[in-house]
Amino acid sequence: MIISIVSGFFVVVGLAIFFGASVGLIRFPDFYSRTHAAGKGDTLSTLLVLVGLAIYQLKDFEGFAESWPILLIIAKLIAVSLFILITSPTSTHALMDAGWEDQVEPTIEPNYPNHLEDDYPQNDSSNEIN
Amino acid sequence: MTFELFSILAGVVLLLLMLPAMWRIVRGPTALDRIVAVNVIGTKTAVLLIFIGVIYDRVEMFVDFALAYALLNFTGSIAAARFLHKTEPGRGQIPKNEPVPEPTPTPDEL
Repeated sequence: MIISIVSGFFVVVGLAIFFGASVGLIRFPDFYSRTHAAGKGDTLSTLLVLVGLAIYQLKDFEGFAESWPILLIIAKLIAVSLFILITSPTSTHALMDAGWEDQVEPTIEPNYPNHLEDDYPQNDSSNEIN
Repeated sequence: MTFELFSILAGVVLLLLMLPAMWRIVRGPTALDRIVAVNVIGTKTAVLLIFIGVIYDRVEMFVDFALAYALLNFTGSIAAARFLHKTEPGRGQIPKNEPVPEPTPTPDEL
């Protein structure tokens, strides 16, 4: 019973954080801020939901001798969450770097510097950059 | 409320929260926005597979599917990012409405 409550708490918190990621993915103004919302919220919500479901697997655990396969399932779930913890920020960084190389325009408030023009001085698609 | 019913509800909520990402895929405006949204949906599908495993009480089988799905999703995202790195600049931009050039008349039409 207490295991179900703790597990459900983790799952609900994960879903709430994914709700924030979805709202950010819709409402943010440019590509970079949308990637920021998607990358962070996606990673954290996935980790919380997977850890919650891993805790729920402990419900049938009755000693190490007879129910050791449950520990293997928990180890696999932790492995999936560690894999996502490593790979999701990596792919987010790679996509954002591709966007910067591709000169996707950021949305900037007036009178603030646009650092994209520092990297690519003539910002039209006719120049060649390699 | 059993945990299976809770898992069904949580899976439905997860599916409904994927719809904004689907809207971002349809709407764009750049190709990279679409790839980011596809990445989000792929990660959440791995989580949804484990929810299905909890509902059917076969987590030991579905966790392997989830691991394979997360691996393929990561590979696809990295491949798409590298591809847009190597093409000419401007491929990920919002497409401008450029006038279509007039087709040159063939010798038969002259």
